[in-house]
Amino acid sequence: MAAAAEVTGRPILLFADIDEPGLRTLEVYARRGGYESLRKALAMTPEQVLSQLEASGLRGRGGAGFAMGKKVSFLPKGAMDKYLVCNADESEPGTFKDRELMQKTPHTLIEGIVIASYAAGVNRSFIYIRGEYALQAAMLDEALAEARAAGYIGEDILGSGHSLSLVLHRGAGAYICGEETGLLDSLEGKRGNPRLKPPFPANQGLYQGPTLINNVETLATVPAIVAIGGEQYAKLGVETSTGTKLVSVSGHVKRPGNYEIELGIPSREIIYGLAGGPPQGREVKCWFPGGSSSPVLTAADLDIPYDFDSLAKARSMLGSGAIIVVDDSTPILDVALKVAKFYRHESCGKCTPCREGTNWTVKMLERIASGEATPMDLEIMASVQEHIIGNCLCVLGDAMAMPIGSMIAKFREEFEAHIESARLARGLGGAAGSDAALAAQGAFSEHPETQLAHRGTGDQAPGAHEGAPGTHRGGA
Amino acid sequence: MTQQVRRFEHGSRVPGWDRAADLEKDPALVPDPDSTLVPAALREEIEAHMADYPERRSAALPALAAAQRVHGWCSPEAIEQVACVMRVTPGYLESVASFYDMLETTPVGRHSVYVCTNISCSLCGADELYAAVQEAAAGDADFNVRAFECLGACDIAPMASVDGVYVGPLTPADVPELLDDVRAGRSVLPEKQLARRLVADPRANTREFPSHPAEGGA
Repeated sequence: MAAAAEVTGRPILLFADIDEPGLRTLEVYARRGGYESLRKALAMTPEQVLSQLEASGLRGRGGAGFAMGKKVSFLPKGAMDKYLVCNADESEPGTFKDRELMQKTPHTLIEGIVIASYAAGVNRSFIYIRGEYALQAAMLDEALAEARAAGYIGEDILGSGHSLSLVLHRGAGAYICGEETGLLDSLEGKRGNPRLKPPFPANQGLYQGPTLINNVETLATVPAIVAIGGEQYAKLGVETSTGTKLVSVSGHVKRPGNYEIELGIPSREIIYGLAGGPPQGREVKCWFPGGSSSPVLTAADLDIPYDFDSLAKARSMLGSGAIIVVDDSTPILDVALKVAKFYRHESCGKCTPCREGTNWTVKMLERIASGEATPMDLEIMASVQEHIIGNCLCVLGDAMAMPIGSMIAKFREEFEAHIESARLARGLGGAAGSDAALAAQGAFSEHPETQLAHRGTGDQAPGAHEGAPGTHRGGA
Repeated sequence: MTQQVRRFEHGSRVPGWDRAADLEKDPALVPDPDSTLVPAALREEIEAHMADYPERRSAALPALAAAQRVHGWCSPEAIEQVACVMRVTPGYLESVASFYDMLETTPVGRHSVYVCTNISCSLCGADELYAAVQEAAAGDADFNVRAFECLGACDIAPMASVDGVYVGPLTPADVPELLDDVRAGRSVLPEKQLARRLVADPRANTREFPSHPAEGGA
């Protein structure tokens, strides 16, 4: 094993050669050392490969950050129909790293899938790619045909006795299908509704069989881990967040794009050093560290190390590794509305807190924008977020509640100022004596749709029932 | 002609909540293969998809997408044909088709222009871009212009997917040329296509560490 001193400089694993002309063809990929890791893995026992994955400390790159090796080890042993599903339904707003990998080096993903299937004892696999990624799907199709012809997929791969089928499955546009159990239902040909857990997919997933589900980037990292060894990989990054990570930076930055970073570097280095920071004369107002589902951080948080645990400690999350930067020219209300509308659109409608909560949040934000809201609405809205979190089958609702809750907590003054100025502009007067003003104006008279919803639920406005709204909320 | 995704009043995807069910009508059964005409190429494609999976229902999405390519949208006729080949009820397929944004349940223009209006693109001017596309394509029944959720190309924000081809960054000034390219059947704004973009990371394409398997390391 190489000495620690070698672990210096600028580790580039996934993006090495990424723009090499023709890298997506088997010929060039093989010339650059492609499928050597597969040969190496097949020469080991599956247990040895698994122990390499466990030693690497690789955590899932899709959002949850669960240890990949552990996930593989959860699959029951023995001969039965087991499945591996690669989650390529990259839909988290701000995230576009998997797209880059699939488009430029599809064979890395295929090689990773074959190695992972060997370690997990799986013989059937699928790639679920979002339907919008037509170009990437076409390139994967070509790569799959090459890999099949070369014997990297199919029966008795390279004489190892291991067999694997791999089918590319195109989605048709639904964010919820990135949620692993929603994805499984969709792959079974149904509406993409999430399932109750447990049972977890490792026990009962696709077609009721044990199923390993991993993100594209996670699987694409596997060949590199096998190549350099799990222990060596674990030396990259920081203790609980090992390795390198692709980070998609977008929004108000000079050089948006994908960057491969070593986990644990200061966030400032990514936003300013790599992506160039906000345009001239502007400052960072807030940023999402891990896609639009992550609670926002502010300029004061820029020195937080970019890794799983440091961001969790800051009450946010690394998520999918998508940094969205918002500069000081943008009202926070606009950001909140965009985010809330997205989750309202994508809620599958199965669980009430998410279906209703996302909808009411949008309506309350629209009230703020139109000047019909009072500061009390902020409390109600914060309380709605609290009532979504943890109360649904999946975390789609939470994924709206967390960022919206964080925006209310961190930009309360701006929301309040907005409410006040929008009310004045509408001629409704200031917010003083707001409750009376709210009652007098007939809180829901302005929007016919709100009235309908109001009538339909036969209930009062959310938060208006028992207890003072917002009393559950103690800051962030 | 531009369309928002149809939703129940509450905003959920659950279809049919806003229309009354016809309780007199019997539910549609699996179509009779003898009386249902299915174009041979479509039948072949659907059967090939069904063979890919342990359970034939898994082919629902690719089969509906294939039928949509033939019929322009998931029309009752298209759904009938898929149901016939897959041996499932049309109702089942309609429940699937109505869930997904890319499956059209009403007739639409044959050229799709999805303008991403999610957070990253909107921070870079996507709402203005969408308005410009809507205005320029107004009255042209060939276009299906839609505001779309994050298309996964925030590095070229604001962007659009034009018949599946990603282009960006776009300004409202690009819109006339974009639509003209589509009308003329040309490649859309070739210089702005995502396919040509290199990785932003200046350190990409270096191989300093760790040693690569091809170099016999580790």
